[in-house]
Amino acid sequence: MPGNTPAMLQDAGILGADSIILDLEDAVSLTEKDSARILVREAIKNVDYSNVEVVVRINPFTTEFSQRDIDIIARVKPDTLMVPKATEEELKAINKILTEIEVQEGFDTGSIKLIPIVETAYGVENVYNIIKSCDRIVGVLLGGEDLTSDLGIKRTKEGEEVFYARNRVAIACKAMKVDSIDTPFTDTNDFEGLSKDTFKARSLGFTGKAAINPRQIDTIHSVYAPTKEEIKYAKRVLEAMEEAEKEGKGVFSLDGKMVDAPVINRAKNTIELAKLLVLV
Amino acid sequence: MEINKPSKAGTMESNDIYVMLMPNPKGGIEISLHSIVMKQFGEEIERVILDTLKGFKVENIIVNAQDKGALNYTIKARIETAIKRAQ
Repeated sequence: MPGNTPAMLQDAGILGADSIILDLEDAVSLTEKDSARILVREAIKNVDYSNVEVVVRINPFTTEFSQRDIDIIARVKPDTLMVPKATEEELKAINKILTEIEVQEGFDTGSIKLIPIVETAYGVENVYNIIKSCDRIVGVLLGGEDLTSDLGIKRTKEGEEVFYARNRVAIACKAMKVDSIDTPFTDTNDFEGLSKDTFKARSLGFTGKAAINPRQIDTIHSVYAPTKEEIKYAKRVLEAMEEAEKEGKGVFSLDGKMVDAPVINRAKNTIELAKLLVLV
Repeated sequence: MEINKPSKAGTMESNDIYVMLMPNPKGGIEISLHSIVMKQFGEEIERVILDTLKGFKVENIIVNAQDKGALNYTIKARIETAIKRAQ
């Protein structure tokens, strides 16, 4: 959501997204950075975003704007700050600044989370270290547009050019147990293309996908939503697990197939996602 | 806080308010407000503008405001931005 547009800021919480990104970076012109920063601060203080995660995308740490962004926004305690083109050194520095602000404001230390955007060749190659740079990191967003620009290659709807980056980010995030959020699909009128692109991201292990327009939310959710059969099976696995635990069995079978830890974990994830999407 | 030069903030878009601040050579606070919801919320909008000016200890100023249905937090944010730009 552009950070200097009141109409969008006040409606952001009711669009059905799990998280909303209030943007101080690309969606705000250079002459309005001060204005957007104050407006976003007031929106966070006054608008009831209910259970929707409030993420604020600050300006890159190398710009003159980012320190002011952090100092003003962190004091109203957003859930998360999103950091463009982040390096591990920058994230460590931001971590330190946030800790100081949290102490000054009486917030729990570490309560403001970070999501770095990986959108350079260096970032892709370094993603594991970026995630490891501090404990505040809860996910990574892959930025396909800036990445392909950095690589000097053309961005396509099919996305073959970001296949390697997607794999690398998704696996690093999984290894570090943080969320991986796929790059947005930029054609807001092509819902079939969006669906295919989201399915591709999901199949590579991404835990979510960024939407560039509210009209994309339903399509993304429909790809990520577990089917009725998947939910039913997951419930049966968890019920069987409880029974097995009562009987002291470590491994058990369901429908003639052995159920072990990976199957149980998948079932738990399915139910968790179904609950998030209010399907159970 | 003194207003040293004219400044402006906000837009004429829906749910926003466009404010222009100017130093007041006569002294005191003068507010000229136009709003699409003047009848219902005119007094409330003026109150928010005055409270925000008071918060920044601004006592001599001319405020021209064109409201397009802004919520209180937006009015407050736009006035604060304009005050800071007027320094």
